[in-house]
Amino acid sequence: MNKPVNQKAWLLVLPVIVCVAFSAILPLMTVVNYSVQDIISPTRHVFVGTDWFAQVLREEELHGALLRQLGFSLAVLAVEIPLGIALALAMPAAGWKSSAVLVVVALSLLIPWNVVGTIWQIYGRVDIGLLGHTLAKMGFDYTYTGKPLDAWLTVLVMDIWHWTPLVALLCFAGLRSIPDAYYQAARIDGASQFAVFRYIQLPKLRGVLMIAVLLRFMDSFMIYTEPFVLTGGGPGNSTTFLSQYLTQKAVGQFDVGPAAAFSLIYFLIILLLCFVLYNWMQRVGTGDKGAGHE
Amino acid sequence: MAHIELDLAHSYRADPKTDADYALLPLKMDFRDGGAYALLGPSGCGKTTLLNIVSGLLAPSQGTVKFDGRDVTRTTPQQRNIAQVFQFPVIYDTMTVAENLAFPLKNRGVPAAQIKERVGVIAEMLEMSHQLGQRAANLAADQKQKISLGRGLVRADVSAVLFDEPLTVIDPHLKWQLRRKLKQIHHELKLTLIYVTHDQVEALTFADEVVVMTRGRAVQVGSAEALFERPAHTFVGHFIGSPGMNFLPAEVDAGNLKLGPYQLPLPAGRTLPDGELRLGVRPEYVTLAEPESDGALPVLVTQALDIGTHLLLSATLGDTPLKARLAPDTPLPMPGQTLWLRLLSPHSCFYRNEELVA
Repeated sequence: MNKPVNQKAWLLVLPVIVCVAFSAILPLMTVVNYSVQDIISPTRHVFVGTDWFAQVLREEELHGALLRQLGFSLAVLAVEIPLGIALALAMPAAGWKSSAVLVVVALSLLIPWNVVGTIWQIYGRVDIGLLGHTLAKMGFDYTYTGKPLDAWLTVLVMDIWHWTPLVALLCFAGLRSIPDAYYQAARIDGASQFAVFRYIQLPKLRGVLMIAVLLRFMDSFMIYTEPFVLTGGGPGNSTTFLSQYLTQKAVGQFDVGPAAAFSLIYFLIILLLCFVLYNWMQRVGTGDKGAGHE
Repeated sequence: MAHIELDLAHSYRADPKTDADYALLPLKMDFRDGGAYALLGPSGCGKTTLLNIVSGLLAPSQGTVKFDGRDVTRTTPQQRNIAQVFQFPVIYDTMTVAENLAFPLKNRGVPAAQIKERVGVIAEMLEMSHQLGQRAANLAADQKQKISLGRGLVRADVSAVLFDEPLTVIDPHLKWQLRRKLKQIHHELKLTLIYVTHDQVEALTFADEVVVMTRGRAVQVGSAEALFERPAHTFVGHFIGSPGMNFLPAEVDAGNLKLGPYQLPLPAGRTLPDGELRLGVRPEYVTLAEPESDGALPVLVTQALDIGTHLLLSATLGDTPLKARLAPDTPLPMPGQTLWLRLLSPHSCFYRNEELVA
């Protein structure tokens, strides 16, 4: 086939290039610029090469925050994905009940992040909060401002409360797109309910689950507002996640160089993990078992 | 394997009032043990509804379904031990071809050795032995449908295997091959097969007996020959055959048959009731006659096509359109020309109120 050659077509791409340049490339380059310079004053700056990167990577505080962050994101995925699937399976498929449940489930998604933080801040208080008070009455020594584990768990539960509905809605949509014939065939084949889930619903949900996993991973890996409002990163730095660490560096201490270096590392970590997750989920359940099978 | 008796009606509405509210009008039907049946009719005639009622995916709103005399109206497909193949391929994406074929057996706790043997037999029949280890999701649509067929046939003890237009997605040349395969499988396994289709060729070649349905009614049950020679209902005459039967308004008065202005001698040995009738003539049984000869009628040719195996003639008799299949060596008539045709023969059928009367 002969494709017509017309270099003027580049003009059509130009608006996109301009938009992306101003919204993504230029800010990113600014960060790159900061990351390789020591800015002493607005007029004096020294090129330092990869010194900031080396310094940031050696920081103990960062290692702690990174581990906390990984643990948090894994916990978020481990709870929200199965819970979201379970919710979607339990939701009524059609009729007014379905609509009503959808609205109720989606409710928490409409609340702004800082409001979520505030809600949980009050909810978890032992003196006036429903959750904190109830736990205290039940004999638990619960205080999210005092005990690191309590704080960490509260942030986790808050995230689950806030974002599981997203997973549930995605899965609900995925489930509705499975043709009836599959369920009919499964009934004919005598499949148990578990087999229907394992061999029909779960494989057909693969696409939406991939989106859910990536979204929840990226979002939870960048979580900032809620722990900031709820615990401010404490007690100690038990709920100081990467973005908070970064903000402290950049805005709190105004260490722009190391902060820029770290934000690039942060960016690469997310990119790398998403790449790994995406490829793994693409392949899982589709690989050929090979010709050796009889 | 089972003898299936139906005596039911079905409506998707809660309180059906007119006939139009019914997806299936009250009907009685018998499917013999080991028979090959086809449900034939246009889209929306109720054939899939009927099939789903037999399989147990749908409960009829009234009446009963009996398997070997046992009432199974409210039982599930599993309890009825039915296999069903759907219009579009249903395969389990994460499984291999072999696992797909084994799935119905595995769910029923059949021992592994027996599963392997059955899967082998079925794969052999469907010529899929070399693909058993492949992931089913990566196959083409017709291969997937073969897996669906295989899953329907893999259980040896099923009461019946139901097919819901299973060859829709299959290429024409493979269609023909698979149909023969099914026929062969029927002979080998002696299963009761019920096959839904809107394709008359498929129905007539596959089934011992064809149930022709229209608008929720089973209008005729019979062999291919019966449906062709003696359609019990004008719909059958019209639907079966390509082109369908010609229908011409006629009148019988004291034993004399009148076709418009023409008086015709009755075919020998036929008696007709007096009054208005419709004469049904298959295009195959219309023959060319000498001009002005006895029993011949003049028609005006509107179109003539040489199809190779025969000559397809479109013409009008008065205002009534008429189609005829003439011998291939007939000289090609020109549009506007007058031809003389003989319509009446021992094959002629006569209808009143759409029903066959003689």
